[in-house]
Amino acid sequence: MAESAEKMKTSKIIDKGIEEGAANLSSKKIEKVIHDVLQNETGARLKTYVETCIHCGLCSDACHFYLSHDKDPRYSPAGKVKQTIWKILKAKGKVDADFIKKACEIAFTECNLCRRCAMYCPFGIDVSYLISIVRRICFKLGVVPQYIADTAHSHASTLNQMWVKDDEWIDTLFWQEEEAADEIPNLRIPVEKQGADIFYSVIGPEPKFRSQLIYQAAVIMNTAGVNWTMPATPGWDNSDMCMYIGENEMMGRLKKAYFDTAMRLKVKRIVMGECGHAFRSIYDQGNRWLGWKMPPIPVIHAIEFYYELLKEGKIRVAKKYEKGVTFHDPCNIVRGRGLHEMARYVTKAFTREFIEMHPNREHNYCCCAGGGVINCGPPFKKKRVEGDRIKAEQLFAAKSRGAETIIAPCHNCHGGLEDIVHHYGLGMEIKFLGDIIYECMEKPESMGE
Amino acid sequence: MDTTELKLNTEEKTGMNDSGSWDWKVDKRLVANISHWKEQFGYMEELYVSPNGERIAAVVKSDDMKFSVCENGKVWDKTFDKVWYLQFGPDNRLTCLVSDMGAWTIAIDGEPWEKRFDFIWNTQFSENGKDIAVSAQTEMEYFAVLNGIEWEKKYSVMTNMVMSQDGAHTAAVVQTIPVGAADIFKFREGCFSVAVDGNPWDINFVNVWEINFSKDGAHAVAEVRTTIYDYTVAVDGRLWNQTFPAVWKPRFSPVNNSVTAPVRKGDSWMLFKDGRQFWDQHFSQLWDHLYSNDGNHIAAIVAPKFGRWTIAVDGRPWSLTFGDLVTDMVISPDGKKVACVGKEKDFWSVVVDGRAWSEAYDMVWKPVFSPDSQHIAVKVEKRGYFYLLVDGKTMEGEFKVLFNPVFSPDSQKILVKGITGNPDEENYYRQVIRLSDIPG
Amino acid sequence: MHEIYKFVSGPLVWLAFIIFVGGSLYRLISMAILAKKKDGLVYEYFSLKYAFRSIYHWLIPFCSRNSQQHPWLTLVTFAFHVSLIFTPLFLLAHIILIKESWDISWWFLPEGMADFLTIVVIAGCVFLGIRRIVRPEVRYLTNTSDFIILALVGLPFITGFWSFHQWPGSTFMGILHIFSGEVLLVMIPFTRLSHMIFFPFTRGYIGSEFGAVRNVKDW
Repeated sequence: MAESAEKMKTSKIIDKGIEEGAANLSSKKIEKVIHDVLQNETGARLKTYVETCIHCGLCSDACHFYLSHDKDPRYSPAGKVKQTIWKILKAKGKVDADFIKKACEIAFTECNLCRRCAMYCPFGIDVSYLISIVRRICFKLGVVPQYIADTAHSHASTLNQMWVKDDEWIDTLFWQEEEAADEIPNLRIPVEKQGADIFYSVIGPEPKFRSQLIYQAAVIMNTAGVNWTMPATPGWDNSDMCMYIGENEMMGRLKKAYFDTAMRLKVKRIVMGECGHAFRSIYDQGNRWLGWKMPPIPVIHAIEFYYELLKEGKIRVAKKYEKGVTFHDPCNIVRGRGLHEMARYVTKAFTREFIEMHPNREHNYCCCAGGGVINCGPPFKKKRVEGDRIKAEQLFAAKSRGAETIIAPCHNCHGGLEDIVHHYGLGMEIKFLGDIIYECMEKPESMGE
Repeated sequence: MDTTELKLNTEEKTGMNDSGSWDWKVDKRLVANISHWKEQFGYMEELYVSPNGERIAAVVKSDDMKFSVCENGKVWDKTFDKVWYLQFGPDNRLTCLVSDMGAWTIAIDGEPWEKRFDFIWNTQFSENGKDIAVSAQTEMEYFAVLNGIEWEKKYSVMTNMVMSQDGAHTAAVVQTIPVGAADIFKFREGCFSVAVDGNPWDINFVNVWEINFSKDGAHAVAEVRTTIYDYTVAVDGRLWNQTFPAVWKPRFSPVNNSVTAPVRKGDSWMLFKDGRQFWDQHFSQLWDHLYSNDGNHIAAIVAPKFGRWTIAVDGRPWSLTFGDLVTDMVISPDGKKVACVGKEKDFWSVVVDGRAWSEAYDMVWKPVFSPDSQHIAVKVEKRGYFYLLVDGKTMEGEFKVLFNPVFSPDSQKILVKGITGNPDEENYYRQVIRLSDIPG
Repeated sequence: MHEIYKFVSGPLVWLAFIIFVGGSLYRLISMAILAKKKDGLVYEYFSLKYAFRSIYHWLIPFCSRNSQQHPWLTLVTFAFHVSLIFTPLFLLAHIILIKESWDISWWFLPEGMADFLTIVVIAGCVFLGIRRIVRPEVRYLTNTSDFIILALVGLPFITGFWSFHQWPGSTFMGILHIFSGEVLLVMIPFTRLSHMIFFPFTRGYIGSEFGAVRNVKDW
């Protein structure tokens, strides 16, 4: 008998991508796709993880969804695995379209793939890997939330996340160069400079919505005297929603374009802006799909780069940021790269009062936006914000000890925290570390002075 | 997409130009004192040199903060709001993209085209440099411009514009059917195609990426996907009869217009020809394949196993592999040698026919073969200085800036273009050296 | 009764150990082959240094943050697992049997200690069983097999304790003790009890990914 969605919690959220995607799914097709994915793409890890899990529930406390839903076990990491991959395996793929819809909603909107639970499972079972398999099955079935699917289609068509056209990208760089040159004369954003030391890469939302970040980066680069460049071709964006919807083939295409760009520009290193998932994509997942054990050209996250510039004296502190700050550790660069101490070093150098939130570092709670969850768009916003009440509590505690500003060096974290701060009325402001550095660093004499 | 191909550095095309007419007298000639430039301009960008080494140029700012170009010490009369993408064509003409009052065009040897556009980018040259094409946008409509002539048909989206070697044709990926915001189901019906000289193929795809012309420019091939899961190759709009979970850039054979492409099968990659398996070998990765001039050999960058990279020639991988990467593969003009750049644990080396040259560097540029295929020259970087290697030996002298070398048509001499000196006296020299005079 | 005893304490012991050792090897080797074929990156990224670092931090109680957050559970599971492995290996009665058969022997537990450890195991089973019922997040994940596994583990200890203390029916209990011990051994490779053999590998792999690639601790 086909496993149905009856016993799973019901959702009232209607998403076009899920509804229409699942509308014409036959049980036969579902069974075949599941079989193909399990047979061709999984092996010892899935088998061992499923058979080794002793159902102890110790992963539960790791998950912000679980903690935020009054410890509802359906939101625990293993609980979500139980509702999805366990059932799929138990039913040998004989599940119906309603089941796929529910599994899709769980896998895409109730798990941020933040890997916190991998640090709480005594066996080190990587639940994010298991949920990724569910997402892969959903993708292969064409059942993917509309907004993130659209983002993946943008990646496929433009090689960036935001449907930014080739000329719009270059034009944005020139525009930011012009603006910043008003502040620092002769400031340059060097485009297509072959043989530069560093390829500076940003993600789609920067030219689209947050072009001031490119401006700030240009000021920091120029001040520090870095020999850097940005490409005038697609391949500038290392963000990757294809990675999160299970479209591995497109993830590979994006990463090839990206590293090809770095190799063409003959740079020695890639420095990327303050984004988390994009780092995961080039450091950990996309490179592997292509056969690169590690990134072919070293990739340095902004945090590490700022740390390096500060240590080497290439940027200096002119004044301390006055408000009390706390630091939000993004999963993909802390659990994904261990940059938490460098981040604190830089933050403390530029701020007067630093207040830790608890838990912190590797154990920080997720922003609930990452893993593609925020990219599933408006239909799931309320659910996302309510699914991270624990974050609001954690932030509020930091605020009560004097933190007015949250530093979050990740775009998704920014978006997620903004929604949380707004929804729970926390009244805190959120900044990138680059915002603080730009504001408080020594700059070359400006024209206005 | 493989932007390497799209953006071929003009210098790399110098093998195909009329280098016979250049000055090949053995000589070292001072062309420009760069220190003077730096004193003269408060703002100067990086330098570019013509293939024949006679011209050196950089984007500069004039006193009134307008952009211009300084060439061999002289500044163009015209100034612009912005100048970028300085490129010497294979015929030594200097091009750059310029704007005034928000209107863009291309300036060739200082003379802008009359036509103005809302934006242009992606300058392309034909093999001999006589033809120049750019991607352009005016009033949110996109098109290619070849020698100043626009495509008649314009598109709402255009990307990946390429030009045929003979300069007669341009092609690009275009959107043929409008898709509403976040209309994922419309998108999946297939709304993109390939436009050749502005005219779209009569077939639409979900996506199209790299396009390549046949040697004679008469045919075009593209990597496409027909659903979000099925990738294949389209030749002049006709699909291979098989689909794959992924493909990489296809290429025409230079002799018979057959098409080869790397395709994914299961979890490995193979080389397919005209829709059928061509190489027997499977690889963990296989891409960026090239034909020898005679079409008899194919070389590709491959990973025989996860995390190890090398070159496979006609399907047979070299035994020497690299952990970080292999790039910049070149096949000698006679098709008998293959050279590339490999990187292991952050050190870059030159590799020829599966053997690495002895030293490792901080960076290695694309190797250059002599016309007779007997010699190889490579620009390398170590500790901030640049050196020229010829046949594995380091030539005397360190450079602050070095441009890719060119061999003479008779393969007896090499043209070295580089900047030497201390900060107060940086000079750009054009030097022709007889290979037999290189000690070693 | 004697015939049954001879059977369970003779050929069946051999059979149980053969299946346990052979089954464990089979599971490990077949999984290793499957991993080689389908999950090659497990080998690529496995780092002994970081694997051991991770295993160490998860074997020692209160090293991991999670174990600190659940102190009682940490104590019980640690005592339970140690007793579970330690007691049968160093029980005088077992050592005598081995001495009789092969004339080899080793240090054994004092009687009172053995009793205590046995009770720890039995109490551990009860604790874990109750936890499965009363804790919602565990109950949600629990199915019948989880209780059967606990019973499988507890039974040799209960019966062993019973028979050792010569309570009524101790002969039967003795036979049941041996038999249930054999069933337990046989079941280890083929049920979730295999977490015993896979622990070093799942732990080691995630430890390697966290340590060697991601430069971060995993506890």
